[in-house]
Amino acid sequence: MLFYFAQQSINALQLGSIYALIALGYSMVYGVLTMINFAHGDLFMLGAFACMLVALLVPVHLPFVIVLLLVMAVIGLLGALIERLAYRPLRSAPRVSAIITALGCGLVIENLTLVQFPYAQRMPTLFTSTSYQFLGLTISSLQILIIGISLALMIGLDFLIHKTRYGIAMRAISFDARTVPLMGVPADMIISLTFLVGAGLGGAAGMLYGLAYPVIAPSMGVLVGWKAFIAAVIGGIGSVRGAVLGGFILGTVEVMVVAFLPSTYRDLISYSLLLVILIFKPYGLLGRAPNQKV
Amino acid sequence: MQASMKIPHLIAGTLALVALAGCGDGGGPSVKIGLNTELTGEMPAVGASSKNAAELFASQLNAAGGIPIGDKKLPLKLVIGDNGAKADQAAAITQRLISQDNVLAMIGPDASACAIPASEIAESLKCPMISPWSTNPKTTLDTTTGKPKSYVFRACFTDTFQAGVLAKFVLNNLHAKTAAVLYDVASEAPNGQATLFKETFEKNGGKIVGFETYTTGDRDFSAQLTKIKATNPEVIFLPAYYNDVPLIAQQARRLGITAPFVGSDAWSSPEIIKLGGADIDGSYFCNHYSTQIATPVAQKFMNDYQAKYGQAPDDVAALTYDAFGLLVEAVKAGGKLDRAAIRDALAKIAKYDGVTGTMQFVPPSGDPIKSAVVLQIKDGKFVWVANAQP
Repeated sequence: MLFYFAQQSINALQLGSIYALIALGYSMVYGVLTMINFAHGDLFMLGAFACMLVALLVPVHLPFVIVLLLVMAVIGLLGALIERLAYRPLRSAPRVSAIITALGCGLVIENLTLVQFPYAQRMPTLFTSTSYQFLGLTISSLQILIIGISLALMIGLDFLIHKTRYGIAMRAISFDARTVPLMGVPADMIISLTFLVGAGLGGAAGMLYGLAYPVIAPSMGVLVGWKAFIAAVIGGIGSVRGAVLGGFILGTVEVMVVAFLPSTYRDLISYSLLLVILIFKPYGLLGRAPNQKV
Repeated sequence: MQASMKIPHLIAGTLALVALAGCGDGGGPSVKIGLNTELTGEMPAVGASSKNAAELFASQLNAAGGIPIGDKKLPLKLVIGDNGAKADQAAAITQRLISQDNVLAMIGPDASACAIPASEIAESLKCPMISPWSTNPKTTLDTTTGKPKSYVFRACFTDTFQAGVLAKFVLNNLHAKTAAVLYDVASEAPNGQATLFKETFEKNGGKIVGFETYTTGDRDFSAQLTKIKATNPEVIFLPAYYNDVPLIAQQARRLGITAPFVGSDAWSSPEIIKLGGADIDGSYFCNHYSTQIATPVAQKFMNDYQAKYGQAPDDVAALTYDAFGLLVEAVKAGGKLDRAAIRDALAKIAKYDGVTGTMQFVPPSGDPIKSAVVLQIKDGKFVWVANAQP
């Protein structure tokens, strides 16, 4: 029983770390702009396709880390570009216009990919995974890699946000978007940077997800995107550490409900539980109530 | 306000009249047949096969003069609608094909999740519909009365039959007494197949040790598979579509599960081999026909399809071709371009030699009596293993 629980915990850790990586993108963007970037799930999907294209089109065998950085750079730049072209002109427009634009951008990305790849694709093997057995547990090197890279990226982001000038600027804008630019902080540049980093993490999550579940399709970002968004809300949208916490909670709840209860009840029980969390913590676990400006 | 409301109706009415006259577009009179299929969405390979087969059928028939009505022949004109593999869109396309494009009959949809809502509309509008590939009993059955729908037919066997074939195959040919099932609870066909398999397997002395579900769009099955692994089944039944199976198989093998997989006809796209690789090698599934035991009719179809599209036809292609064959047979027998006459003629087809074998309809059922095959995936090919008679 203990081994069974431990085995399921490994599954939960893998799923949770991917939810957490995607949730970060939603939370960061909300933090600086108080808008929900619904195109984020589709950027995640593009991360998987970008990785596939790099693996197929580049004739030499690139080291894993280089592919990861390439994918993050491409998706990050795309995220920043979308912000520049589609969201910035609407910054003073009603919030709902920006949200609808984000949904539209997501649909455009998804359908453009669908035109290029109408069929589900098999992800090329970038990494030969071996399964290790110890104490009756099975863990693959790919699982270790996914959990490891996710944790490394999250720690890196935490460092960026809490220890660098850029991070301080992001938090300052998140705290008061009106006054901070008056203090000489280049708000547009910081917002672009937020999109770059958030989308880059989403792209990395897409790539890891594609390696873990190697059949990739243009529609794959929709469901995972929604779940990560929910994870961000549970953790407290706008809070980076909250997004990570929310991702792991969602992954664990989903896996553990299946592990110990009939799997048909998975979504019912896991989302009811999350609703209960929101009743007691309406701003999410680590979220804070918005500043009341008088 | 009142006047402006009337204009669209007027336009729609005029369009319907033009269509009824049969000379709406493309010159002379023709017989319009709708094809409602999954060109985009979760299973584009299914839609592509259906469209290919339909176009092949139409071009062959028209090259031979068209459909004989009395003493003259009319060309067949295809009207293709994409249902996006979504239930609501399938219903909307059905409505459009029947009321707006005014087709004589509709072929499709292929997936049960689409075919069931579409069948409700075809039935209420009294337009003959033949689903090539939907195996769920509810497609041809009116669930409120428990009686067969009168305008809805299919070209394939049903899940009730298929589940029986597979349950007996696992017990008698694979000599396995325990099985686990993992299926998509939100998708109509897999849901029905899982339940029916469980019933027949247990009735014939087998034991279901795990019965787990997931929902459409899920890609992580590790929790369910870890749970299944703990019950140590001899066989795992996966009534899933070709895009889910490779992921489930890979995750199962990675967790150290070695039991063979058994699947339904939803596996039969060649895409499954491309996506699944070594993880699905050695698995078995139930199918509508096998290229290895082809009759002359099937052989000709396979050659023609290969020549036109450069690939072997899968079962959706073969069944779509047969659905059109059945329909044209009924139009010939009915002798006039009338939906009710075609429906009556279809219901009474006593013997039709199709690509997927001999079919017979016995009123009032819209389900043909026909046989099935069991195939194995071996070294990247579908290999014939057994036949199953009704």
